[in-house]
Amino acid sequence: MNNNIVIAGIGQTAVGEHWKTSLRELAHYALEDAIKDAGGLRPQALFVANMLAPNLSKQSHLGALIADFSGFVGIEAVTVEAAGASGGAALRQGYLAVLSGMVDVALVVGVEKFTDVVDAGTETALATTLDSDFEAVQGVTPTSQAALLMRRYMHEFNVPADGLAGFPVTAHANGAGNPNAMFRRAIKAETYARAGMVSEPLNMFDAAPNADGAAAVILTRADLLPPNFPHPLVRISGSASASDLLALHDRPDPLTFPAARRSVETALEKAGLTREQIDFFEYHDAFSIYAALSLEAAGFAERGRGWELARDGVIALNGKLPCATMGGLKARGNPGGATGVYQAVEAAAQLRGGGGANQVAGARYAMIQSLGGPAATAVTHVLERVEIGE
Amino acid sequence: MEIPRHWRLRKQRYGLVGEVCPHCEAKIFPPRDVCPDCGKEAKTKFSFSGQGEVYSYTTIYNAPSGFEANVPYTVALVKLEEGPLVTAQLTDVAEEEVEIGMPVEMVTRRLHQDGDERGLLVYGYKFRPIGFAAH
Repeated sequence: MNNNIVIAGIGQTAVGEHWKTSLRELAHYALEDAIKDAGGLRPQALFVANMLAPNLSKQSHLGALIADFSGFVGIEAVTVEAAGASGGAALRQGYLAVLSGMVDVALVVGVEKFTDVVDAGTETALATTLDSDFEAVQGVTPTSQAALLMRRYMHEFNVPADGLAGFPVTAHANGAGNPNAMFRRAIKAETYARAGMVSEPLNMFDAAPNADGAAAVILTRADLLPPNFPHPLVRISGSASASDLLALHDRPDPLTFPAARRSVETALEKAGLTREQIDFFEYHDAFSIYAALSLEAAGFAERGRGWELARDGVIALNGKLPCATMGGLKARGNPGGATGVYQAVEAAAQLRGGGGANQVAGARYAMIQSLGGPAATAVTHVLERVEIGE
Repeated sequence: MEIPRHWRLRKQRYGLVGEVCPHCEAKIFPPRDVCPDCGKEAKTKFSFSGQGEVYSYTTIYNAPSGFEANVPYTVALVKLEEGPLVTAQLTDVAEEEVEIGMPVEMVTRRLHQDGDERGLLVYGYKFRPIGFAAH
């Protein structure tokens, strides 16, 4: 098995409200940057990660649309959808395509366009990712689902009212150093404690903002690259995807993320690493409670104690396990299906030494994780900086 | 209009009809024909009592379309006395009176309305505090 699949190029747009820019244009800007960054490598296959365009933009069939618009008419091009995990899922499809030997160069672009609708349209679209017959019919939304989990978590594990504050505080501190982040101002714990409620006990800082954005990576085999390739290489060392019961009420224990656990264990095993070797973790902090549950599922904390890693500064840039190093979903913003590809772009930049003000010193191994809903889908990748001559 | 779908689910919506696994006795709601506990076929119908307690709850202020008129409304995960959790709105109770562990019972209520005043009215289960009717 060829284990030299590398991220040869990365590209991204700033995350935010791009009123003047369409879905296809966002995707084009990101993939144009990734191809340029890869020294002009031409893709043979395009995997588009997207969650809600058929709802929000009345546009499906994004594979053909984006290949067409970006000048790649004729190549294989499909959409990959797994709700919030679409980005990680598309990255894995690109990886598998190159790994199979059927594709030499794959382009993965994640794109989401939230600002084509306003008001109830966004919640209506997001609710389609739940069990339509038995969850959405009751008026439940992804945000209220996270609130249900957060309340039960705080109840079972005696978490203080502002116990999860460390997650958004860390995210916003890191967002300040990311020029592409939606929110670039640090916040204080007191700000969190005063914040307005979205769905009790979940406040406005416990939910990542839905936003527009696109990110792209070029994947290829290291042996296909020219000897004078301009970047340090970042290898995909481990890749795994797992699913769980879709509806929260169907789970024997809603306060665990077994799919996340399984995907982490498999990805680490494929990479031949232990979790202690991971230098930083890009978790899927769509909601603060998901960050806590992900840290527990990954084995970085015991059940009910993931929130303590945020409280104690373990996840800060200078901590033992930096997380959300470019602001995470909370401060960089959460462009739905693009989010998992942003994580890959940001982690690759860190591993190349291009983390700027947020550089994780000496980082060699990164873990990135993309979740669909409350980890009904979990896709985990381990990325590794390749030393010259390896 | 989603008439066929709501018609198809009427026994669940109005009667909490699920299944019991003939192999391991697990009670299943919503019905899924494959037992989540033992993995074997489970197609035996079972009507739930509708009694349970609140596992968790929250209130929604930003609603999807069809629910705007209900805002704010409280939703919960209710643990039925036979075992399964169910996602449902709470009714006949103010949010500040709800607490984890509170006993509740199923009632049939209007869930939402599709479209304008000529739109489909969707009815189904909600849960209210047990003993409410006695107040």
